[in-house]
Amino acid sequence: MSDNQLTELIERYLNDEMSHDERIEFELLRKNDAAVDSRVTEHKQFIGLLKQYGERLELQKRLDAIHDEIDVHALKEEVTIHPAWIVQLWRHHHSKISVAASIAIFAILSTLFFTGKLNSHDSRFVELRDEVNRIKVSNDQLKKTVNTSLINAKATRPKPSNPGNFRGTGFALSSNGYIVTNYHVIKDADSVYVQNAMGESFHSKVIYTEPQNDIAILEINDSTFKNLGAVPYNFKKSSTDLGENVFTFGYPGGEVVFGPGALTSATGYQGDTTEYQVSIPVNPGNSGGPLLDDKGNVIGIINGKQTQVAGAAFAVKSSYLLKAIQNIPSDSLTKSLTLNSKNTLAGLSRPQQLKKLKNYVFMVKVYNQ
Amino acid sequence: MNKELKASAPTDSEIVLGILNNSEIVLKKLYTTYFPMVLQLIINNNGNEDDAKDIYQEAIIVLYNKVKSGQFELSSKLKTYIYSVCRRLWLKRLSQMNRYGGDIRDFEEYLPVDDEVDNHNERDIQFDKMENALQLLGEPCKTIMEDFYIHNRSMQDICERFGYTNADNAKTQKYKCLQRLKKLFFQQ
Repeated sequence: MSDNQLTELIERYLNDEMSHDERIEFELLRKNDAAVDSRVTEHKQFIGLLKQYGERLELQKRLDAIHDEIDVHALKEEVTIHPAWIVQLWRHHHSKISVAASIAIFAILSTLFFTGKLNSHDSRFVELRDEVNRIKVSNDQLKKTVNTSLINAKATRPKPSNPGNFRGTGFALSSNGYIVTNYHVIKDADSVYVQNAMGESFHSKVIYTEPQNDIAILEINDSTFKNLGAVPYNFKKSSTDLGENVFTFGYPGGEVVFGPGALTSATGYQGDTTEYQVSIPVNPGNSGGPLLDDKGNVIGIINGKQTQVAGAAFAVKSSYLLKAIQNIPSDSLTKSLTLNSKNTLAGLSRPQQLKKLKNYVFMVKVYNQ
Repeated sequence: MNKELKASAPTDSEIVLGILNNSEIVLKKLYTTYFPMVLQLIINNNGNEDDAKDIYQEAIIVLYNKVKSGQFELSSKLKTYIYSVCRRLWLKRLSQMNRYGGDIRDFEEYLPVDDEVDNHNERDIQFDKMENALQLLGEPCKTIMEDFYIHNRSMQDICERFGYTNADNAKTQKYKCLQRLKKLFFQQ
């Protein structure tokens, strides 16, 4: 019996198209031959699946037809849960809002930046280093004539005649060329020179800084530098009482300037306990100058003033200077740094004191780009 | 429109009877009554209206087959049943698309209908296979198979349609086609 014939028989059997005798005969065949039996089951299942598939397609078509009659768009509007208007506003316009916000933030930041409000420094506090370029520009004409005469007259002198980009004051710690000034004077410096009262400049190296106390230690490493001789002042370890007469000596301009005054508070700007407040007329360039008491003890280092209050200047206490000196790593020191303990200024009159001091106070000149 | 339909919502037993009697009107009423509910579910859970149509039609098919096979018992509201099936189908779809955030916003109460949905999916796979096999079979076999087995046309009709000179030729052709269709189907 061929395959086709068997299939036909199975179909007729399943469709109930057989005569009674045929049916009995086929059932007997099915019973005896397992292969035929499984063919029957398989055929039945397969045709069933095919029919169901057809029904499914038909049902799908009917459902699609029904679906097409529904106004889905209107329904969608109705069932969508509309978020709060602010959320909708954000969803629809968030790009525009973002751009607007960015512009606003940028505008605020740039305004703050250009008005100087962003600077971490309080505008009421100014550090007293002198920006020389300012003066240079305003005195352009004057400088030109000076420069030409300088070149003519002092062509043999190898020392730099450039006054530097910034200027401050410093004073000697020991006779062999260690000098202290403010950190803010020499920060970002490419090179540092110190100039003594005679107008001689010496190249110096920054060997130690303490930005938190605004202290920097320099070492003169110029071959033309000769020993200064014993330092006439000593450094006071304890703090000084209010009301004490104090004075400073520094280079707010081209010439050394004496500034008399009194100690007015044991704390500095905004209660800073590392500083004194003093009433001394100081100007840019005074930064780093020594603050001495009547007897000639160094009690601090001038470092700033308050702009909106008359007569309030500040000085780092000498005890922090002593601490800083102790903190210098020993391999940074090429020579020994021994502080003078003998005070030869005590008992002298003020002009006498200043005459001696003059040789130990330096103008610090800072060069950078 | 929606409110009108809601007012004329058919009762659950009417629908079951209507399906058993192949009533087109009842099917239409059933479809239009619960579609908004499902649309709401899908739209508010990361889907669009086309997803809603797919999911809802599958659910209707599940219900339809269950009623037709006589297994359906009205133990809960039809509405709850349809919602549960759609919810289950949509969760599966979401996880397949990796869009499932682990949370679904529900609008109705629902029943566990995992078995039914799984059965339905299995059957869907079989139907997909059948569709593929029919496509691969090509003409005229495809039409002969569809006409004879699905649309229950007689061999005589088929003979005339395809211009076979006698019924025996047509029959032979039909068996050959069936043979190939089976082969294609089981090969997948």
